[in-house]
Amino acid sequence: MRFVLNGKKVDVRAHAMKRLLDVLREDCGLTGTKEGCGEGECGACTVLLDGQAVNACLVPFGQVRGRAVKTIEGLRGRHPLQQTFVTEGGAQCGFCTPGMIMAAAALPKNATLEDVRVGLAGNICRCTGYSGIYRAIEAAQQKAGGGKAARPARADRVEGRAGTAGLPRRSPKGEGLQAGGGKAGGGKAGGGKRHARRSSAGAGSGKTVRGRRA
Amino acid sequence: MRIAMSTLELIEPRSLKHALDVLRDSQPIVPLAGCTDIYVSINAGMPPGGRFLNLWNLDALRGIELRGQTVSIGALTTFSEIIRSPVAQKRLPALVAAAWEIGAVQIQNRGTLGGNVANGSPAGDSLPVLAATEAIVVLRSADGVRRVRFNGFYTGYRRTVMRPDELIAAIEIPPVGGQQWFRKVGTRAAQAISKIVMAAVRAPHPRIAFGSVAPTVVRAVRTEEVLAAGGTLDEAAAALLGEIAPIDDIRSTAEYRRRVACNLLRAFWTETA
Repeated sequence: MRFVLNGKKVDVRAHAMKRLLDVLREDCGLTGTKEGCGEGECGACTVLLDGQAVNACLVPFGQVRGRAVKTIEGLRGRHPLQQTFVTEGGAQCGFCTPGMIMAAAALPKNATLEDVRVGLAGNICRCTGYSGIYRAIEAAQQKAGGGKAARPARADRVEGRAGTAGLPRRSPKGEGLQAGGGKAGGGKAGGGKRHARRSSAGAGSGKTVRGRRA
Repeated sequence: MRIAMSTLELIEPRSLKHALDVLRDSQPIVPLAGCTDIYVSINAGMPPGGRFLNLWNLDALRGIELRGQTVSIGALTTFSEIIRSPVAQKRLPALVAAAWEIGAVQIQNRGTLGGNVANGSPAGDSLPVLAATEAIVVLRSADGVRRVRFNGFYTGYRRTVMRPDELIAAIEIPPVGGQQWFRKVGTRAAQAISKIVMAAVRAPHPRIAFGSVAPTVVRAVRTEEVLAAGGTLDEAAAALLGEIAPIDDIRSTAEYRRRVACNLLRAFWTETA
């Protein structure tokens, strides 16, 4: 079956129901992509399929026909994220790292800390801790320079009148990670707003609701 | 994987018509969209069947469009596409909010609205929105098209009125006519399956729907009537407790769900006042 793997046209013979994860590791010899949970929860097997982050454990090989797959090997060890994960201490045991880096590679440029948290919420790390990972992504983004967000910043819930308010809010342009993090305590826009609203919702609805973000 | 590949078969239809012909002539067969539910079962060694129909390339089932005042969402539209859609953002903010809460980015990039409906989990996060907005499920078969009210679509736990030869082609959502509200309660924002989820529309006759409180997504019809008639929140909460039937399971307890259902009802009513 033909598809594009890390920029090269390839023709790989494997069962159409085989997981993309297994085709990459067993048939293509690319073992950088890891299997963590095997059920789409942990993000260790994250690769880019037509530029979008997906869990390779949940993709049948038959759905890859004619499409483009990028794995950690496709970054060739020279991607800014691969450098900053080293310099900023973004990896400890390293098992989640390829998935973390591929998920980070799909983030919009100029991502706020909130964008990074949401964009990596499907990648679980149990030893490095997330602050080193976020720091590495911030440093890579600064190296790479600016650009426009591909995905709107997340709005948390719907409060406004349909058709006017309550829509997802784009983060203010140029708001860097530090600025986004600083605003989270009670800012007025983007990610900061979300945190402020979350807290007030908790106060109004009892512990049960407040606890859910923990 | 805990299953031998040789036991599984993937049929690749050339077109929607071909897919419908296969569904008519070649049962049993399980349609596959973004695979975010079915591959979890397959990976666990519990495939829902041996033969699968790959829908992923049927672009005729993709996209969001406005037809008159009705929003039509193709069954293969992913949650990421819903999040990015200006039409959805403007007209269906509750659906966009639900899409943000489903899995994480990797799941949102693959999971589809039609898949969420077809999977029919009582915890499916888009389902209360479709119930509260009185969506229509468009079913296609080799025989033609059939439109079914979403609120009559489920007949029991993961049971629907769909025939085996039918596919979900689209979800149609008529003008909502009121303020939309959505809230999911789970252990964390991403990945967690809902302990309880609620969507509602604040209108003269409010529309309120819950997930994870019964074998299917449910509309809280008596609660809606109490509020429409000018009843108090306490009266509405009492009505709500009489019409939901949550259970204890691995994610939560019945008692917690009853209490949080009432909290969510109060939050909806006060926040949309």
